[in-house]
Amino acid sequence: MAGRWRTRLGILSAATVLASGLTACGGSSTASGTPTLNWYINPDNGGQQKIAEQCSAASNGAYDINVSILPSDAAAQREQLMRRLAGNDSSIDLMSLDPVFVPETSEAGFLAKVPADLQQQWSDGVVDGAVQGATWKDELVAAPFWANTQLLWYRKSVAQAAGLDMTKPVTWEQIIEAAKAQGTAIGVQGQRAESMTVWVNAMIASAGGKVIENPDAKGPDIRLGIDSDAGKAAAKVMQDITAAGVGGPGIDNRDEAATANLFQQGGAAFMVNWPFVYAQGKSAADEGTMDKAIFEDYGWTTYPEMTAGTESKPPLGGIDIGVSAFSEHQDQAFQAVSCIVSEQNQAAYMVSDGNPAALESVYDDPTVQEAYPMYDTIRTSLQAASPRPQTAYYNEVSQGIADRWQPVSSVSQDTPASSQEYITEVLRGEKLL
Amino acid sequence: METRSAGDVSVSRPAAKRRGTDKARAEARLGWYLAGPAFVILVAVTGYPILQALYESLFSYRLTAPADREFIGLKNYGVILSDSLWWGALGNTALITVVTVAVELVIGFALAMVMHKVLGWLRPIVRTAILIPYAIITVVSAYAWQYAFGLTTGFMNSLLGLGDFDWFANKWSALFVICLSEIWKTTPFISLLLLAGLAQVPADMTEAAKVDGATAWERLWKVTLPNMKASIMVALLFRALDAFRIFDNVYIMTNGAADTQTVSSLAYNQTISRLEIGLGSAVSVLLFVCVLLICFIAIKVFKVDLARARGEG
Repeated sequence: MAGRWRTRLGILSAATVLASGLTACGGSSTASGTPTLNWYINPDNGGQQKIAEQCSAASNGAYDINVSILPSDAAAQREQLMRRLAGNDSSIDLMSLDPVFVPETSEAGFLAKVPADLQQQWSDGVVDGAVQGATWKDELVAAPFWANTQLLWYRKSVAQAAGLDMTKPVTWEQIIEAAKAQGTAIGVQGQRAESMTVWVNAMIASAGGKVIENPDAKGPDIRLGIDSDAGKAAAKVMQDITAAGVGGPGIDNRDEAATANLFQQGGAAFMVNWPFVYAQGKSAADEGTMDKAIFEDYGWTTYPEMTAGTESKPPLGGIDIGVSAFSEHQDQAFQAVSCIVSEQNQAAYMVSDGNPAALESVYDDPTVQEAYPMYDTIRTSLQAASPRPQTAYYNEVSQGIADRWQPVSSVSQDTPASSQEYITEVLRGEKLL
Repeated sequence: METRSAGDVSVSRPAAKRRGTDKARAEARLGWYLAGPAFVILVAVTGYPILQALYESLFSYRLTAPADREFIGLKNYGVILSDSLWWGALGNTALITVVTVAVELVIGFALAMVMHKVLGWLRPIVRTAILIPYAIITVVSAYAWQYAFGLTTGFMNSLLGLGDFDWFANKWSALFVICLSEIWKTTPFISLLLLAGLAQVPADMTEAAKVDGATAWERLWKVTLPNMKASIMVALLFRALDAFRIFDNVYIMTNGAADTQTVSSLAYNQTISRLEIGLGSAVSVLLFVCVLLICFIAIKVFKVDLARARGEG
């Protein structure tokens, strides 16, 4: 008898615990009636969390923003978001989206339709590339928050010793020769990952080509432009890097962070990378983990050209803020987005986290100019930048490129053709990836 | 032993039999009551997903394009089985399985012998020390091995005088590190199973062989090993199944680069990265078939050995 009572008591307490747990999970609104908006963000230095707190406070009780952190690499962020959205998960209200995944998210119907007045408001004064990145089928479907771009970073002393005039744009050929002559390396991202697509796309675009000719098409109908003169020119740069032996150690496993470390430690005197490397170098110099003289030797200019005299098309990155189609608080979410992407927040975020603003006016802010002496180069680069292929099948294209253009040492003049054939077969559902 | 007279038996047997049958029935019923919920849960958590995967594998279905879902029959299987990527992944998986299980069996046996022989206060210490790698989460151990062999973080290159050798840029060197980490991690599991087998070897048999003048080597081959064949087969089966599903090590160390893709990582790539549910389900079903095949082969061999272990061979 006592045993039975114990069992009943056990069941009762278990049910109580479960019920309280479910209550804790389920509530998206507080007792006061203020809805809590869940904002899924990419990891950063805490800048988005700060913006969330400020916007919550400024909303005067209209909403509270709760921040959830996604994985660090873009592909893993997409995986998590898409799985949740495909399950119509209403716990996502706002999301920080890499622009390359905007078309797929929008095409799948996962993004709430942005009201026309907000479309206008969110794109006014924003750099072209960032607006393009947040647009799908002629409509702005997300708000450009920050717009990243890659620069060519170099050690001033090495460039000078090599006789390079860095006040003018330089070509890949020039820096390969300079690195060879000075016995140093060029920091590039040769990892079998999305960063490889960033590099290949920038080179193809700079050589006047396009990775995808008809981005709006369905998977099987997509026409690729990798097997072209521009694609061959991109392959030649990689072949030249290998032939000159200036790829540096571990090129095939190097991402942006590893490249930044290599440059910081003197393993490479030239590097193509995002502006975060400056903030990273500065804090290393301040903390004493890197010689201050090395940091003072940091130089920067626009992305290398493919042919002398033809302006390069640097990689474009950044983050857009989208509102989920399954959010139960879409009106508040749209209000929150307008607050997040305000000029003031973009400027503060650029200073605190090293991520360049999407709004051009931010570059006139003295605090931004002081924190980022290369602000003008970033602005120039953003204006010339070319977005990565905008397609709902970006992941397939990107993985296909990473698969066939890696390792860098195996890239030949046949690589563009073989990668084009492979990706086409994958898009037609005839091959595994 | 209980003895009964013939009269007792003739009188009491029908009642005893009835009672026994009732009891057996009641016990069987109780057994179902106890095991029933577990059985239902098992079917729900393993049977349902398997059937679901089988069903999904017949569709062209992308998670971000639900409207384009289309029934295509066995086409996904055709695509997979005619793709060199599948066969390459299968080859890598088989290679990792064979190499790691073979090496682990030898080292695991040696460790089991050590654990078996060590006496007194040293015994628990030795056993704990040997089991530590197995207690570490695979992802954590994979990172540890990656850091050890990595170019910037690693100490192996300076230890071996290899300079800037990039272990993870080359298929064979990457597979070598993957196998090494797998062996380090799961040898304790095999040695634990073999230790149980060693404990079952009758001491009098070994003693008799010793008295007959058998050398240590002869005792090992002719007495110890034949007597623990069943344990060895169980260890082989469990580890082979485990090794065939390898994912974490490859995911962390190379993520399939340098042709190091395995069947599990291929399934992950199609289902999770590409969100191609149909194609990914088909890869998962084929992986399941491979695992069934390993079970089938091993259990066939296992049965023979069991008979031998009972002295019927």
